[in-house]
Amino acid sequence: MTTTSDRTVSRRGPSPQRRKLIITAYILITPFILVFIGMVIAPLLYAGFLSLFQTRLIGGEQFVGLANFGEALTDPLFLGGVARMSAFLLIQVPIMLGLSLFFALAIDSGRLRGGRFARLAIFVPFAVPGVVATMMWGYLYGDDFGPIAQGVRSLGLPAPDLLSSELMLFSMMNIVTWSFVGYNMIIMYAALRAIPTELYEAAELDGAGAVRIGWSIKIPAIRPAIMLTLIFSVIGSFQLFTEPRLLATIAPNVIGTAYSPNLYAYTLAFTFQDVNYAAAVAFLLGFVIMIISYVVQLSNARSGGRS
Amino acid sequence: MRQNTAMKLGAIAAVTAVALAGCSAAEDGPSTSDFDTAMSTPTEITMWAWAPGIEAQVALFEEAYPEIDVVLENVGQGGEHYTKVRTALEAGTGAPDVAQFEYQYIPSFVLTENLLDLAPYGAGDVEDQFTPWTWAQVTNGDAIYAIPQDAGPMGNLYREDILSSAGITEAPVTWEDYTAAAEAVKADSGSYISSFSGNDAGSFLGLLWAAGATPFTYDGDQTVSVSLTDPESQKVVDYWQDLIDRDLVAVDPSFTDGWYQGLANGAYAGWLTAAWGPAFLQGTAADTSGLWRAAPLPQFDAADPIAGNWGGSTLGALSSTEHPIVAAELAKFINTDSAATLAFATEQSLFPTRTEVLTASEFVDQESEFYGGQRVNEIFAEISTTVDTDFQWLPFQDQVASSFVDTLGKEISERGDLSAGLAAWQDAIVTYATDQGFTVE
Repeated sequence: MTTTSDRTVSRRGPSPQRRKLIITAYILITPFILVFIGMVIAPLLYAGFLSLFQTRLIGGEQFVGLANFGEALTDPLFLGGVARMSAFLLIQVPIMLGLSLFFALAIDSGRLRGGRFARLAIFVPFAVPGVVATMMWGYLYGDDFGPIAQGVRSLGLPAPDLLSSELMLFSMMNIVTWSFVGYNMIIMYAALRAIPTELYEAAELDGAGAVRIGWSIKIPAIRPAIMLTLIFSVIGSFQLFTEPRLLATIAPNVIGTAYSPNLYAYTLAFTFQDVNYAAAVAFLLGFVIMIISYVVQLSNARSGGRS
Repeated sequence: MRQNTAMKLGAIAAVTAVALAGCSAAEDGPSTSDFDTAMSTPTEITMWAWAPGIEAQVALFEEAYPEIDVVLENVGQGGEHYTKVRTALEAGTGAPDVAQFEYQYIPSFVLTENLLDLAPYGAGDVEDQFTPWTWAQVTNGDAIYAIPQDAGPMGNLYREDILSSAGITEAPVTWEDYTAAAEAVKADSGSYISSFSGNDAGSFLGLLWAAGATPFTYDGDQTVSVSLTDPESQKVVDYWQDLIDRDLVAVDPSFTDGWYQGLANGAYAGWLTAAWGPAFLQGTAADTSGLWRAAPLPQFDAADPIAGNWGGSTLGALSSTEHPIVAAELAKFINTDSAATLAFATEQSLFPTRTEVLTASEFVDQESEFYGGQRVNEIFAEISTTVDTDFQWLPFQDQVASSFVDTLGKEISERGDLSAGLAAWQDAIVTYATDQGFTVE
């Protein structure tokens, strides 16, 4: 937030002291800017450039303008992936963030015994690399050998095939939720700790109970933190790659080559040797993520303004 | 870069043509003195290969040619390996001189003109050492693109105990017998006769191969043909459709945890696999030692047996190499030297492609405890003589394999309509080929 005095200063132009500060700041961020340009901007531009061409095994490379994008927009494999990830987003993200918020509030309330232990226990899955987590769950899900199926069968019930095409998306949601509940919880919990205690005292004087305080003070106060986790989750959903890629080794016919848009881009580049179309698909995916993130932020800004 | 290579190839072709016009084949390519000079000049040459223990063969080569230093690198197996080869070729530097190629990948590197034609380097002289069908896999017209290293003619590994408990005492000879065995085994022990998996195009194509089908052709230039829905292929899917519909065969994806378990615990009473399968299975299902037997693949016509192949690889020289003579000799030596090739077969469990090794007593007389003392090598050596030579691959086999998983493979794993899956696979390949600029016949 800029204060009024800052604004007056900037209108007059920075003082010599301030100018020095600005220069120092630029020098300090130069390494970041260079790496950012080299590792993010340049590859992005290169991918954009590549996406404008078509390289055929026979006939070589030619400029095709936006034709690759047009093709992707009608490509059932790409659209199927986007639809799957949209479903993922609509179901998994609310559940995950709801759980994160619940745990954050529970630990913050101080009523939980062994709060520290609980905090750590919920966070630990995040420390497990995604690859390991997926392999572990893949084993648990297994129809013949997995403990889940065996357990259900030992009760005399028919075991669901958690790796079938009907249940795969949900099995994946479970893995991602397991991995990221703790991470999001920590962000929310940190925000909760930053709420001034006077607010609670005032609320208690007014006769508010724990639930009321949670609903009317805590949740609104950490709205920016919740928004942050929401945006991260939106981006994460569309970028889903590790889980489908690894589960494909267990259930190859269920996952296929285009289960998630990211997996599709990978297949296009490395299996079909079509780098140009892969670049177009990746770019398009970036647009989809940008648009949805923007819509999420916009809707928050509106409802935030109302309250 | 590519143009450069094309020019070089063109030059070689021109030289070859002149030499041929001259008269005898002996005058092809470099002369004997060129060869001697190259092999006695200190040279460093790079080879990328994943074959286990190939250091032994490299050592034999270095012993024979002390001036040549071979740098052996394993950059990964299968897909990873090809991705790195292609990346290095694309980058223009860092590509090896010699590399391992599976048979089905050769056409895709021929297409991009990355494989050195070994014919001018005397590769034709060793043709008669190899089984005709492996040689057919590495040649196109007069060009020789690689030297066969190992192969995977397909046979049938089965659990003798499970089959005999169901009253089957002889290995199924025809597919009809196989169906009968599947019925008996299912009724007796609840086991499936095998798993017919939808995630591995290689094994399915091996079955098509064994049915006499030629689903693909490639002329080495721009023309391909795809005929997956021809009567031979249709016969194969009809056969398996019946077994699938009657729940006589499992459809679990192969090379997955569940599948390994199925092989180890008797959920499958057999595995239709390649000649590398027997050694592989020993590692996977060690507890069932002595219970397994090997036999040829069941046949549609027992009077005229045909076998298919699944897997196996070659050594090829890359056209970007600066030492073509040395590279060609390395690929040739490792796969034709008697000691080197015998070691491949007896110590590294690579199934031989040279007839000399296929009949060598050290190889065929090996008795395998895991297979109840059977001479498994002898059985597969016999099968190897019946592999059809006409089978060809498309120059984009990655796409063929991956679209299989999405089309026919999906129908298999869901116990759906295999004919529809086959047609969808055909369409996916033709569409891709057309998009890529090929002429599809």
